[in-house]
Amino acid sequence: MSFLDIDERLFTLIEHVTFDRSPFTDKKEVGECDIGLIEGGVCNAENVQILREFRQHCKILVALGACAINGGLPAQRNSIPLSSLLQAVYYSSPRLPHGGIPDDAELPLLLDKVHPIHEVVKVDYFIPGCPPSADAIWSVLRDLLAGRAPVLGHGMLHYD
Amino acid sequence: MSKTFTLDDKRIPFEDGQTILQAALAASVYIPHLCYHPDLEPHGSCKLCTVKVGGRQTAACTLRAAEGMAVESDTGEINAQRLALVQMLFVEGNHFCPSCEQSGDCRLQATAYQLGMLSPHFDHFFPNRPVDASHPDFLLDFNRCILCSLCVRASREVDGKNVFALAGRGLKTHLIVNAPSGKLGDTDFGGADKAAHVCPVGVILPKRRGFAVPIGERTFDKSSIADYVASRHGKRGGEK
Repeated sequence: MSFLDIDERLFTLIEHVTFDRSPFTDKKEVGECDIGLIEGGVCNAENVQILREFRQHCKILVALGACAINGGLPAQRNSIPLSSLLQAVYYSSPRLPHGGIPDDAELPLLLDKVHPIHEVVKVDYFIPGCPPSADAIWSVLRDLLAGRAPVLGHGMLHYD
Repeated sequence: MSKTFTLDDKRIPFEDGQTILQAALAASVYIPHLCYHPDLEPHGSCKLCTVKVGGRQTAACTLRAAEGMAVESDTGEINAQRLALVQMLFVEGNHFCPSCEQSGDCRLQATAYQLGMLSPHFDHFFPNRPVDASHPDFLLDFNRCILCSLCVRASREVDGKNVFALAGRGLKTHLIVNAPSGKLGDTDFGGADKAAHVCPVGVILPKRRGFAVPIGERTFDKSSIADYVASRHGKRGGEK
């Protein structure tokens, strides 16, 4: 959403780029790309697989936001054993039918801990923030499109 | 006040007995630091105030200034090392700034901004130390502790209470509460204590008072830590 907060600058952006696989497009596979923007930490097996696909196909991979950078607030589950969490949600929760912990093979298994993406693949640039401001995202994209190494100037750097 | 040394390109006056850091701060020149507090004895644990004197690295908070000394501080090399130190502090704890009540008022965070930290770079430790909420007015989140020992020193040297201590060795070093139960609620710790107000991060927090200051109005929203520290020292008579 913070990316979309660049507002009308999206029209400028679209003149210079083509979107590949993204939540805004219908593409199901990652194609060869110059830039991959990854938000979110790595919490399940599917996240690992998709992250690796992005790394394989993108020349530059950017970690966007606190979750991708340090696991973020979801990594607060790292102090609780996974089995206790699943038990608490799917068995002990008073408002849910006790259907048990979902075990369909369709569903990706959770990892025992949430990890930042740089613990799984090499990351080229980081845009911190929860979320980063639209101006920070815009500034990094503009630098990358111009072939410059992105620099987050004063006021664009925050972790919260 | 006739004696001086040089810090980068500036001439800094000092009085006998002053450390490099004390003299620099008195002259409103910022050297990054986390475990130093003007009202307490230096500790030398955070190493952020590392400077180069005579080609060797030393802690500016413990080395006394001497006439004609040439000190390097704000250089690419030293700032890169400071950045690595801050990154180590970030991965050793759970510094989830987005939900921390200290965000915007935190010296670790502000120092990381000052040094341009974009990511913590290293693999995370994800420590798991239970919160101590036993005290009626304060809580302790030990997962944010950077072992600066400011609360330990403030409680012992100023409050005369000896509420806190560092225990364990190496990576297992951690902050403890000096009570048979280990709980803050079983000590005489109180809101008027110096120790209640020196934590540079979000370990010692008052209860029922979080997120009171709007974003944009918090300490380090308004100024960088360099400007903040420089403006509060010097002739104004010491930092609060």
